[in-house]
Amino acid sequence: MYHKEKSIQIKNSASALYNNLGVLRIAPRRLTYFTVVHANVVNMISASWDGLNYSHRQLQSKEPNVATSTSLIMQAAFCALPSRDLLVVTSQKGIQMYESDGSIMVYWHALDTPETPTGVSSGAILVFDVPSKGSNITLSEVLEEHKESITDMASECSGSQECIANLVTADDEGNLCVWKSGEEFQLLNKIPGFDMSCSSVKLWKGTVVAGYGTGQIRLYEAVTGILHAEVNAHARWIYSLDIAPFSGLLLSAAEDSLVRVWHLTMTPETNSVEVAHLHNECVTDTQICGAKFCDGDGYAFAVTGYDLSEIIRYVQS
Amino acid sequence: MSSRTLPLLFINLGGEMLYILDQRLRAQNIPADKAKKVMNDIITTMFNKKFLEELFKPQELYSKKALRTVFDRLAHASIMRLNQASMDKLYDLMTMAFKYQVLLCPRPKDILLVSFNHMDAIKDFVKDTPSILSQVDETYRQLIEMYTPLSSGEFQLIRQTLLIFFQDMHIRVSIFLKDKVQNSNGRFVLPTSGSVPHGTQVPGLIRIFSCTGEELTRQQFNNGGNYNAALREGSFEIFGDRVTKLGTNMYSVSRPVETHMSGTSKNSAQHTKVSAAPNPLAKEELNLLARLMGGLEVEKPGNTDSVSLHVIPDELSYGVINIQATKDQQANAELAKIMGEFTESGDQSPGASSKGDDLLAMMDGL
Repeated sequence: MYHKEKSIQIKNSASALYNNLGVLRIAPRRLTYFTVVHANVVNMISASWDGLNYSHRQLQSKEPNVATSTSLIMQAAFCALPSRDLLVVTSQKGIQMYESDGSIMVYWHALDTPETPTGVSSGAILVFDVPSKGSNITLSEVLEEHKESITDMASECSGSQECIANLVTADDEGNLCVWKSGEEFQLLNKIPGFDMSCSSVKLWKGTVVAGYGTGQIRLYEAVTGILHAEVNAHARWIYSLDIAPFSGLLLSAAEDSLVRVWHLTMTPETNSVEVAHLHNECVTDTQICGAKFCDGDGYAFAVTGYDLSEIIRYVQS
Repeated sequence: MSSRTLPLLFINLGGEMLYILDQRLRAQNIPADKAKKVMNDIITTMFNKKFLEELFKPQELYSKKALRTVFDRLAHASIMRLNQASMDKLYDLMTMAFKYQVLLCPRPKDILLVSFNHMDAIKDFVKDTPSILSQVDETYRQLIEMYTPLSSGEFQLIRQTLLIFFQDMHIRVSIFLKDKVQNSNGRFVLPTSGSVPHGTQVPGLIRIFSCTGEELTRQQFNNGGNYNAALREGSFEIFGDRVTKLGTNMYSVSRPVETHMSGTSKNSAQHTKVSAAPNPLAKEELNLLARLMGGLEVEKPGNTDSVSLHVIPDELSYGVINIQATKDQQANAELAKIMGEFTESGDQSPGASSKGDDLLAMMDGL
């Protein structure tokens, strides 16, 4: 179904962190940005679609104009907002936001020192107001519902009236919170975990898709918390999930060296979900830490692994 | 990242070091009483109360250099003497062994079982010496107190912190190459077969549920591997069957132990050159643990009957050691000088200058 394409070499190897691959497609300029975290550095690669041009950039996590030591990065992710795209980098010391090409840091939010933890590792979710241009970003809300560290979050901007939930957050105990955005965020539902970390979560058509440390994937109806499906998907801890929204393809990757492609079908009339397994890719002797589709249809996907200095790419045959 | 990583890193690396030293002491036919003294002295130093108190405090992981300094001092806490090349090789073996164990642990929590395997072996080394045995038992209690309440997510964070420490290390170890657990490019073999971790199901099942919670359908898919059900869980108590073999002594069957610096793989040539060997011309990377390690009293015998150990047994490599020795003589003079400096600055290190003399004497002996 997929075959391997030419890999992209990166300046350092990927660290073993959840969801350690960011992908942003810039159609008007016919290029794609990739981000891979190595300890305290974000490697950014801009790849042209014709495969001829690659440019590299490295970002470090530190306060602007302060020469203190950099801190370890937890995650780097692209946020596609209606008016602009941002690259958000979270580290032990704080949160940085950059323009999507990594050229300018537009915002820095310091987290309290580890001795008095009140940052994201305590379970708080920080909500920022982002203007369509410029750096006037402000902290607008702090959502305190989780008691454990936040591991991942996912959003869905759906115009459809059926999908009222548009954010899901996951924590280290496997608890999931479902929110609705607005003037203030409203908690719609809390889906309890089973004492096992949820390392990756996605939201699609009102369905939460969650990956756990046990290697299981579970699908829940976001607003009601009804369990639709349970898949014994991997033999080790799941590190990354991604969904191609236009086709309903689901990508899962784990420490067991396997990347799997699934197909999700929603049938609103019967309120049911179907999960079909389509494909496996084994990245030999590698614990995978990031896997993302490169486009909304799932025509191509990219993979990173611990200690690997390349982004491996696969394309549909 | 996790602030509870250092104790596990230290204890497991220390355990590996003891396995290697024990094997070398036997292979080089060091008299039993001397060998026992070396092992006892090192274990006493490792589990010193004040040292452990500092070790178990929540803190950031030490840099590779800083941790190397701690182990340099630990290795020299007895009558044993190692030259620079041997210390380098010893450290390479220790770190690659623990990296292997961390990577192969089925669940992050299994790192604690690996630690208990090391602890069990250490306890066996000192079973005839009650004073040291009680120190070891106390450490078990501290490990259990600190780690058994942690969640799976917190253990994964510890594991991720350790993996950042071991990032890009691909030193080839002949015992791993022979056992086919490491490839010739220095990367470990990760099998897609065997038992799944405790708490995980064998992959292959998709279950669909109705809105009322009944199972509607079940389907199987091809998992691309060859897995079987999980084994029983290992014990997290002071005594018990740990089940996993990771962290047990792989040198207990006498085999020649060597390391090769991988020159073939492009990546490792770039990355493994980041050496953990302390630069003797620069100040020794000082840290509190190293200071505590250096300041610990260890009873030295009346006649400084030092035990000279090398970690490269081959006749062929002997030539390499000789060449190194001349270079190291100068380097070790610097080290000895630095050690002397610390004594002057009030560091409670009795006999530090005589330690330096012993090192030089040993170099001459080669």
